[in-house]
Amino acid sequence: MPQTLAQKLIAKAAGRASVEPDEIVTCRVDLAMMHDLQGPRRVGPMLDKLGAPIWDTDRLVVVSDHFAPAIDTDAAGILDFTRKWAKANGIRHFYDMQGISHVLLPERGHLRPGTFLVGGDSHTPTGGAVGAFAIGVGSTEICGVIVTGEIWVRVPRSIRVNWKGKIGHGVAGKDMILKQCAMLSMEACDYRVIEYRGDAIAALPMGERLTLCNMSPELGAKTSVIPPDPVTVDYLAERGVKVDDAPRWQSDADAGYEQTLDLDAGALEPQISAPGSPSHSAGAGSYQKVAIDQAYIGACTGAKLSDLHMAAEVVRGRRVAPGVRFLIAPASQQTTASAAADGTLAALTAAGAILLPTGCGACAGMGAGTLAAGEVCIASSARNYKGRMGDNTSQVYLGSAYSVAAAAVAGKIVDPRELLQ
Amino acid sequence: MITGRAWVFGDNINTDLIAPARLLRRPVAEFSRFCMEPVMPTFAAEVKPGDIVVGGLNFGCGSSREQAPEAIQYLGVAAVIAKSFARTFYRNSMNIGLPAIVCNEAGSIRQGARLRISLEKGVVENLDCGKSYPCQSVPPHLIAMLNDGGLLRHLEKRLRAGALRAKQQ
Ligand code: SF4
Repeated sequence: MPQTLAQKLIAKAAGRASVEPDEIVTCRVDLAMMHDLQGPRRVGPMLDKLGAPIWDTDRLVVVSDHFAPAIDTDAAGILDFTRKWAKANGIRHFYDMQGISHVLLPERGHLRPGTFLVGGDSHTPTGGAVGAFAIGVGSTEICGVIVTGEIWVRVPRSIRVNWKGKIGHGVAGKDMILKQCAMLSMEACDYRVIEYRGDAIAALPMGERLTLCNMSPELGAKTSVIPPDPVTVDYLAERGVKVDDAPRWQSDADAGYEQTLDLDAGALEPQISAPGSPSHSAGAGSYQKVAIDQAYIGACTGAKLSDLHMAAEVVRGRRVAPGVRFLIAPASQQTTASAAADGTLAALTAAGAILLPTGCGACAGMGAGTLAAGEVCIASSARNYKGRMGDNTSQVYLGSAYSVAAAAVAGKIVDPRELLQ
Repeated sequence: MITGRAWVFGDNINTDLIAPARLLRRPVAEFSRFCMEPVMPTFAAEVKPGDIVVGGLNFGCGSSREQAPEAIQYLGVAAVIAKSFARTFYRNSMNIGLPAIVCNEAGSIRQGARLRISLEKGVVENLDCGKSYPCQSVPPHLIAMLNDGGLLRHLEKRLRAGALRAKQQ
């Protein structure tokens, strides 16, 4: 039977030649990831109680990103526990305040096409951008994974999304995914794998591919995959990962998709999601009157180097609007370093942006940049549920880094293309 | 067999509503007091042990935080029924031993209804009106795990049976 890429990835992990949708199979895990919020502090006591060892400490990545750096003694205690736990358990791949887990995994060369990744966080599907099968789970499940090295999965069906045409200037991967959030119902994507294809995807740099796959849970999908191509191979080569089996990780020509969706990248406008859900998105033009208190470029979704470049392009030669806080929390230390080296940070701070430490920060209302009652924020993150970034009455709009930076200088939501030549 | 009163919620109940991120650094006894607060402020204080949470579509969407089903379980809820679940919530709930049951007709259940659930038979009975609603069957390996009391107890059992490696002392 012809197989989709998702089926091939699962079949490999299950030690099978092929698998069929809805089958329940047990997969060998290539890599597990857990972070300070859901990892050691919860999984450590479970492991102790169980009295079982970690199946392979070299296949476990531990990241402190959610509480880093500590803003109170509770957070400091959690970070301290995580550090000590990583040391006591001989975890070689421990990243303490080095960035957000989903960005670190590809950036530090932990992923490649074919990797079966289980992460203790819902945005783990980010890794699908390099052709990995990446799924997010909770703490107890991660405990099971790091004890057994295995996980059960029901083989999902795949939906093929073809982005055709050429994306316009000022429009980004984030706009593509927000558009999909508005178009596709959660039921349509429930438990499906989204496979991205088309010339607009082929032209999309890795930073934006990561954004596209990052928001799989906002679609209700199990994960997303982008079949490896020259962009993937080059991106990984720069990180010391040699890929010579890209042809193996392609869907068969006549593989079965539940649905194929053709979308026109050329017609895509910048998208903004209104507060409450990422699915409340519409063209940026429909929000012209919304004034903002804070513009936030942060999170695994929208603070990679490519995002900072977009923001800098918008604000160069301009100033942040009076009364607006423009906060930037780069997604990793490498991002901060690269943006410092190429002048991006200077352009942003010259415009009045405030630089924050790398980490999850305000994205989940847990760090610097949390919102007060009634405040309005536009953010490059993935979620805008009620209370997500602070008080229950605060309002969060989602957009690309272009849109967030444009709002920062305009003081209200605008179409970022108005500020770009 | 699970019997209890229904607490009915709508579609797309996300994990930020069930267990707000800003409280996750605190123990479950604290964050569970804010469970569902933005949508039903009385829920955490008034739910009784054995009660049943009834959701609509895509229950538990959002983050993969296990604290969401944990908060619900800590308040004494015996099971969650929904038209559909976000996949991370479903797995988390089952893993901690809180049955998550997919029932297309969950929408016909009214607040306060007395329900009886049989996992093995795959049916929810509404004791108030005598109707019964079929549920999606739970795969046998998950029934076995629920019967053991969740994934950890299930692993403990495997360890004792020698099917898993124990830690060298
Ligand atoms: S940045 Fe936000 S969405 Fe990403 S892992 Fe951190 S809390 Fe989650």
